[in-house]
Amino acid sequence: MVKHPFRKSLVLIFTILFACMFLFACAEEQKPAPEAKQEAAAPAEKEMGAIKIGVAGPHSGDLASYGIPTIKAAELVVEKRNAMNGINGRKIELVVEDDVCKPEVAANTATKVVGDKVNVVLGHICSGATKAALGIYKDSKIIAMSPSATNPALTQSGDYPNFYRTIASDDAQAQLEVAFALDKLKLTKLAVLHDKGDYGKGLAEFAKGFLEKDPRGEVVLYEGITPGAVDYSAVVQKIKQSGAEAVIFGGYHPEASKIVSQMRKKAMDTIFISDDGVKDDTFIKVAGEYAEGVYATGPMDTSQNPMAIEAVEAHKKKYGEDPGAFFLNAYAASLALINAIEKTGSTDYDVLSGALKSEWVATPLGIIKFDERGDAIGVGFAMYQVQNGVYVEIK
Amino acid sequence: MDYFLELFLGGLTRGSIYALIALGYTMVYGIIQLINFAHGEIYMIGAFTALIVASILTLLGWNQVAIILIASLVAVVYSSAYGFTIEKVAYKPLRHAPRLSALISAIGMSLFLQNYVLLAQTSDFLPFPSLIPDFNFLKNYEHIVRSSEIVIYATTAIVMVLLTFMIKFTKMGKAMRATAQDREMAMLVGVDVNRVISVTFIIGSATAALGGVLIASHIGQINFYIGFIAGIKAFVAAVLGGIGSMPGAVLGSLVLGWTESFFTGYVSSDYEDVFAFLFLVFILIFRPAGILGRSDTDKV
Repeated sequence: MVKHPFRKSLVLIFTILFACMFLFACAEEQKPAPEAKQEAAAPAEKEMGAIKIGVAGPHSGDLASYGIPTIKAAELVVEKRNAMNGINGRKIELVVEDDVCKPEVAANTATKVVGDKVNVVLGHICSGATKAALGIYKDSKIIAMSPSATNPALTQSGDYPNFYRTIASDDAQAQLEVAFALDKLKLTKLAVLHDKGDYGKGLAEFAKGFLEKDPRGEVVLYEGITPGAVDYSAVVQKIKQSGAEAVIFGGYHPEASKIVSQMRKKAMDTIFISDDGVKDDTFIKVAGEYAEGVYATGPMDTSQNPMAIEAVEAHKKKYGEDPGAFFLNAYAASLALINAIEKTGSTDYDVLSGALKSEWVATPLGIIKFDERGDAIGVGFAMYQVQNGVYVEIK
Repeated sequence: MDYFLELFLGGLTRGSIYALIALGYTMVYGIIQLINFAHGEIYMIGAFTALIVASILTLLGWNQVAIILIASLVAVVYSSAYGFTIEKVAYKPLRHAPRLSALISAIGMSLFLQNYVLLAQTSDFLPFPSLIPDFNFLKNYEHIVRSSEIVIYATTAIVMVLLTFMIKFTKMGKAMRATAQDREMAMLVGVDVNRVISVTFIIGSATAALGGVLIASHIGQINFYIGFIAGIKAFVAAVLGGIGSMPGAVLGSLVLGWTESFFTGYVSSDYEDVFAFLFLVFILIFRPAGILGRSDTDKV
């Protein structure tokens, strides 16, 4: 067999290519993993009548990054308040306990926190752990406020009247999408699509549930699409055939942009409503002119809120880095709890419950209070629409 | 009836897309019995090349017809060079090794190219301009079929006819058929087998690149991963039609496209892939060599 003379040089070229890639890989800055070390809350001296706030969540283990920002938020708020003479002259003290995000540990954590005679609890972080701990707080008549537990049933089941949260529940986006379609756009026939993933399908199921409960709306099509398929013409035809006035899509932007583009190319003006997986500038970039008029829900914009800016600055000053997950939610929760205790001058369960539901309080997330079930009013998602190539919030 | 027609045309588009990729699979398999898993990546590289060239030419203010012709040409040439090089680097040294080695080498090549484009370009989806102009005579039928779809049907048909013609009636085609039947014997009677294999890879890559340009311009977006799923589907189509057979690849692709389209349209898209693969299993039970495949007679 004749050897091609240039085979060796080809091999050489590929070797060089490989080498280049390794250089690339090595050149990537190796960021040191953030130290998960967490100091226990400042050991405040025992003072007569100090108000104790329990802070519970994962502070070690692989989910520590979800819990630690909440401690920092509580520390910042408490430090500030204590410098201003605490709550009506009483100092605030933090009782920090780790639940490593596990329900079985969380029950022990809760018992321990209750044993320390805390007045209110900021936490827990994970939905499962929160649920496990809530029963114990309920029996001891202690209010718990989570900055991050999003499971809808925590508030909606009515089992935990002592539970509050400063984050929107998982179904809030679906609820907003459905309410927007039925109330604002006055639509009656809707198609619900999803990408078969946890996020997209979960949202679509909530949306379908809300639509079925509401007599004004009808789900004319409920389908899962295959993510990454070369095209969606058959699904698009099916939407057309179903006579849907709007599509509610649960999923991410690559599929959304394909579906929207194909609908528009087939001269369909069906309204497209989606979630924060689509409220992404890449969607507008890829779908281009076809993105115009698409609705998507996304978290309310807090970047302009002066309190949020201040809280983030304080965090940077004290800890030398940007705050982590749920920091602003935790900051808001701390403020809401302290505000309720201050306004009523009491730590009694019933008095506090009333205050949380009636007193508006200014937080980095905006001015909030809580509804009957414990969800924060004024926190959560807003509807955006693509107008002239940017997402604009619809009031 | 309209609905049926729309699904039929949608399936035809999808099938033609698969066919442009499946042709390369089936040709390579016919000649050296290798499943070239890097074929989907060639399709992706073709689309990326066309995007880069088209963006530059658009900046220079060229007219649309010139842009699509030059972008396709550059994509075809560049992808063919890739196909040629891949064969030399990854498959030729393994030609006498067990078939499994070459298969693994192909998978490695596929991963390499995906990650190469990921690093060299971007992991994001990129918008792909609609290169094919809207034909005026289609204005009133745009809701049923678009110009880009017509171009895809036509290209697939032309490519298939040209390839069949080449294989049946040219000297190179004769050499290919000889190599496919018995490589060593062909070598003994003076066929330059290395050249035949290189040409096969070049032609296969060229059709894939053409597919990449047309499909990306029809769908309107690309990223480094598009070659994988399209490649897998095209491979299934090639097996369905009878791998190694040129008309089989096209027929298999169309059947797969229609199956998916009608199943989604009349039943549910939730199980679209499940049904497509079930159909493949069903066909292979009754015709193990595929719809148009000849059962492989072992070489003596």
